[in-house]
Amino acid sequence: MSESSPLLEVKKISKRFGGVHALEDVDFRLYPGEVVALAGDNGAGKSTLTKIISGVFPPDSGEISFQGVQISLANPQDARARGIETIYQDLALADNLDVGANVFLGREPMTRRFGLPMIDRKRMREEAAKTLDTLDIGLDRLDRPVRALSGGQRQCVAIGRALHWQAQVMIMDEPTAALGVPEQRKVLALIKSLKARGVGIVFISHNLHDIFAASDRIVVLRRGINAGERATVDANPDEIVRMMVG
Amino acid sequence: MSVAAAHPRPSESKQASWIGFVASARAWLFLIVLIVGFEVWSQLSFQATFVGNMFNIRSIAVFTVAPLLLAMGQTFVIISGGIDLSVGFTMGLASVTVSNVANAITPIYGTGVGLAAGIVAAVLVSVVPGLVNGLLIARLRVPPFIGTLGMYGVARGVAYLLANGTTVPVHNDALAWMGNGSLGGIPAVVILTVVALLVLHYVLSQSRFGQYVYAVGGNRAAAVRAGINVRGVTLKIYILSAVCAGIGGVLYAGRFSAGAAQAGEPLLLDSIAAVVIGGASLFGGSGTIVGTLIGALIVAVIQYGLVFIDVEAFWQFVVVGVVIIISVLVDQSQRKGGRVDE
Ligand SMILES: Nc1ncnc2c1ncn2[C@@H]1O[C@H](COP(=O)(O)OP(=O)(O)OP(=O)(O)O)[C@@H](O)[C@H]1O
Ligand SMILES: [Mg+2]
Repeated sequence: MSESSPLLEVKKISKRFGGVHALEDVDFRLYPGEVVALAGDNGAGKSTLTKIISGVFPPDSGEISFQGVQISLANPQDARARGIETIYQDLALADNLDVGANVFLGREPMTRRFGLPMIDRKRMREEAAKTLDTLDIGLDRLDRPVRALSGGQRQCVAIGRALHWQAQVMIMDEPTAALGVPEQRKVLALIKSLKARGVGIVFISHNLHDIFAASDRIVVLRRGINAGERATVDANPDEIVRMMVG
Repeated sequence: MSVAAAHPRPSESKQASWIGFVASARAWLFLIVLIVGFEVWSQLSFQATFVGNMFNIRSIAVFTVAPLLLAMGQTFVIISGGIDLSVGFTMGLASVTVSNVANAITPIYGTGVGLAAGIVAAVLVSVVPGLVNGLLIARLRVPPFIGTLGMYGVARGVAYLLANGTTVPVHNDALAWMGNGSLGGIPAVVILTVVALLVLHYVLSQSRFGQYVYAVGGNRAAAVRAGINVRGVTLKIYILSAVCAGIGGVLYAGRFSAGAAQAGEPLLLDSIAAVVIGGASLFGGSGTIVGTLIGALIVAVIQYGLVFIDVEAFWQFVVVGVVIIISVLVDQSQRKGGRVDE
């Protein structure tokens, strides 16, 4: 893995909130097609790190490079424009719109009918269906509000949308948290299929089983510092837990 | 092609679409029931037809115009998750403005210019409360209820000040014709309102702006994340609502040949009623212009019908109020029934 160059590299990132050192000199790398699990106890700084990578707030110090170029991210749109997508379970979709409309939200294709410009809903639905099909996400009807979908299906739609818009890096903060077991499996399978397409994935999880099932590498944070990392094949759960609690 | 692992059971989706059908058909059914009810009453008590009478049809159509104009703007606002309480007095302000300006310009430049100047002035004046509402709500994150309630007071005060506390008679024949004339037997105000209806239906259902109105009402955070200019959309929504009210004010001044600060006062309730009865949710995210049209017709038929069968006029407010509350209750129960995992 070390022979290719990292897709995303974070060097000596620090972030304080008032007196709290949420992150201190944290390093992090992500390679194309790699799945990195970010592990750590509550308050370890996992969400803070992913929020810095996705442009939610800037670090106090340290640098971020994307595809070998140093970047600064002014806001989440900036990150998305570069292909860094974050999948939020609740913030991702407009419940009242259908799958096609959600996949194309903010970038709706237009067509002309009767000489008037109109949103091309048919095309949105067809292209959304195509993308979801390539990910093996089966939804029987794409013309109903996503409110009618289950948590896992919505997660899949959000991931499908990110992929449709050429995400290079996907960040998922506890993607399997509120899901039932079959749906957790579906999301983990989806992570594998994204990986096969060369997308780099960072996912936060408190579930060691998920971490071991889906990741290539495990990065552990403890109270805002790097507590160690392991290739998943070489790691065992007890060791990871020891790193987490120190 | 795709795996059916996470599909909803077929029976479930059938049930969901059935609920959706009832929701969209509910307003139509209600309208039909009302009309049949008044027809039966009319036949039994006066041995006369209610719906077969062209005079009644015309009256109801004209009666629907002003509340419908307000309600169409309100539809955008309510879909976006807001509410606009200031529309009634924005309408009054516009009716006073068109009268004052038309009266001032007509003696110098003639009827046509007087009318045009009056309309332009009224529309521009009505943009102001919409702009202020939009800025308060979009930029300063003032709750719509409070922001537009403040504007209700401001527009009301300014309208009475501009009218010197009385009504302003219109001295412009073209404006009076616009309010009372007909083309091919159809009242001009109805034709103008139908044009507005078609335009607004197109904008809401087919344009990106319309799509963003739904997105903002459905999940504001998701809309922001999708890169939609949510503040800009919100600003436009409140301006649109105010301009609809402004046009309502112009038509009012034409119809009654007078501008009056209180022109739209009773219409706030009617306009919100029309939107809600038409199937929009006060929680935001749903509603249509066609639904609002049906809602406005229902309100007009109730009001006109009650007068027609000789019920004391004040009962209209009571009945419309009760119908609003019932519509909201139906909407709420559907939300609870629709989805279990919240
Ligand atoms: N916006 C914020 N303002 C103030 N303090 C914050 C903020 N975000 C995070 N923190 C603090 O920074 C520290 C790290 O928080 P973070 O959310 O990154 O932890 P986490 O590893 O994601 O924890 P969890 O597993 O509980 O989600 C915590 O002490 C938290 O209280
Ligand atoms: Mg967290």
